[in-house]
Amino acid sequence: MTGADDTAVPAADNAADDSAADGGPDTGADAEATAPAGPDRAQYWVCGGLALLGVLVIVDAARIAGFTASNDPIGPKPVPIILGALLIGVAAFYALDVARGGRGEAAETDGAFDWRTVGLLCALFVANALVIEWLGWVISGSLLFWGAAIVLGSRRYFLTLGAAVVLGLATFYGFAIGLGVGLPAGILQGIL
Amino acid sequence: MDNMHALIDGFGAVLTPQNLLIALIGVTIGTAVSMLPGMGTAMAIALLLPITYGLEPTQAFIMFAGIFYGGMYGGSTTAILLNTPGQSSSVVTVMEGFKMTRKGRGGQALATAAIGSFVAGTIATVALVFVTPITVDFAIGLGAPDYFAIMVLALVATASVLGSSRIRGFASLLFGLALGTIGIDAVTGQQRLTYGLPQLADGIDVVIVAVGVFAIGEALWIAARGRATKDEVLPVGRVWMGRSDWRRSWGPWLRGTALGFPFGAMPAGGAEVPTFLSYVTERRLSKHKDEFGHGAIEGVAGPEAANNASAAGTLVPMLALGLPCNATAAIMLAAFQTYGIQPGPLLFENESTLVWTLIASLFIGNAMLLVLNMPMIPIWVKLLRIPKPYLFAGILFFASMGAYAVNAQPFDLFVLLVLGLVGLAMRRFGVPMLPLIVGVILGPMAERQARMSLQLSGGDLSGLIGGPVSWTVYGIIALIALWPLAVLVRRRSTRVREPAAA
Repeated sequence: MTGADDTAVPAADNAADDSAADGGPDTGADAEATAPAGPDRAQYWVCGGLALLGVLVIVDAARIAGFTASNDPIGPKPVPIILGALLIGVAAFYALDVARGGRGEAAETDGAFDWRTVGLLCALFVANALVIEWLGWVISGSLLFWGAAIVLGSRRYFLTLGAAVVLGLATFYGFAIGLGVGLPAGILQGIL
Repeated sequence: MDNMHALIDGFGAVLTPQNLLIALIGVTIGTAVSMLPGMGTAMAIALLLPITYGLEPTQAFIMFAGIFYGGMYGGSTTAILLNTPGQSSSVVTVMEGFKMTRKGRGGQALATAAIGSFVAGTIATVALVFVTPITVDFAIGLGAPDYFAIMVLALVATASVLGSSRIRGFASLLFGLALGTIGIDAVTGQQRLTYGLPQLADGIDVVIVAVGVFAIGEALWIAARGRATKDEVLPVGRVWMGRSDWRRSWGPWLRGTALGFPFGAMPAGGAEVPTFLSYVTERRLSKHKDEFGHGAIEGVAGPEAANNASAAGTLVPMLALGLPCNATAAIMLAAFQTYGIQPGPLLFENESTLVWTLIASLFIGNAMLLVLNMPMIPIWVKLLRIPKPYLFAGILFFASMGAYAVNAQPFDLFVLLVLGLVGLAMRRFGVPMLPLIVGVILGPMAERQARMSLQLSGGDLSGLIGGPVSWTVYGIIALIALWPLAVLVRRRSTRVREPAAA
């Protein structure tokens, strides 16, 4: 907390352009944050997430039946309950720190946050997870690489596709067949 | 002298053509992957760990030792050439290293880093050979309550000492501890936090946590910031050192080693403090004080040696106590657990051959790195010119491959993505990541020790306090916990005066 207090001082100087950059694409939630020298309000989402996690941990622990045995007097319950309580406590102190203008180390809040690219990469990632067993690593991995490179700004589509296929084949032969790493062959089973 | 015999046997096990080839592959891919901009050493090791899964334990650790040293060296190369420290321990190297590159002395900076890392790595590994058995002798007398206390100390220290914001450190730690409780409770067989998902019954593999938070988080962060532009790579020149470079480097190497190893061997000692201390020391001792800040070779030689010696030092608590104190050691411990090997005092008895083979491969990997990398640096530098879209697409590609390979189930890829988004948020909000990784690993171990202690005392809470060791450790924890209060009180008193002055 000591460091955060120290950094809050210089941060306050350029807080005007900070909050201007934050407000729009960052979370949408702090769009109504109009106070020019306010703290980095998006951090309240972190506090909310921590508190929610704490509640989830406690709810799950409460579900566990009282389970004590002579060889385990405390059972599986107390540790998650303590963790959940600590999570909620930390969330509260975190919120207090945010309200006092605290910031994390090297938290770069200036500049835009490109939700579109992140969203597209996540979609590609999910697609890969859905088809990896059916199409096999060579095809799904190549598509992941190709799509990600294009999303990240590559414009040489055919060269990128070539690189993707080479990578897919090389990793499959090198790691799955050479080193015995478990990668699925999928529909190419028997061909590779 | 038994250790020496065991070590020689270890060398005997490593020195076969096949194992040397495996060490060579490890060093090469370790360097290559951690050279990629944005990749730290720990991230490289986490990404590469799954490829060792198909190997025998001995060979896996030989490759791992290679990846370890290769990854360390690759991290310092990007610091020197690109002004981008891959991890906090390279921050000091950047200060003089990049200035040297600017002055056209990049080759000398890389050479002193490589030779210094070799010298420090070798000396620190020798120290490891002698210090670890002593630590083991001490550790064998410890009971479950003492272990619990030491683990709590490691957790509290990583969360509160290393970062700049305690509350964020603890938030990260608690998130990691919560992740660590997911799965079937080992004692009672009850499912915790699985919410009915059978794939979560075995818990979340540490490799997936590390790859998700470090690699996916970093790739998403770069994508979100639109930084997919090319770095400017300055010419390196020939990698060699002149007579005066040697004369100015050997002192810093040795002093850096002496500073780095003890810090690394302490729980949560870290590499940041010794690298910084080494820098300050060299600036004070140097005959070329005016060069500091403009590319002084001592400012690269000392911190790099300290960094490497500290990394070898972290293996002491890792092997002797089963305590991982940095991200690299945490991932290494995960590798041990994959093979059903539990580090700790009994490791040297139960798996003595394996441990000494690992230590011998550390020597071999270190030597191989020096011989191979010095001439190959011009080739490695070409890796820095890979266009960013390919680079980060490649990170996503290899991360998915590694995460899938852990359990061969697509479910892990979803977990990986969720953890990647957590890593993205942690970067955005400046939350440190080390406490999370250490929490995931140490949390379940600490819980087991606590429950064992209470089992012995029949559920009485006094069972958590054992002998003098745990008293001492709790004293240190109290000191760490109370320290900010003291600072707060001092600050309050100055704050009261401030408005009066203004």
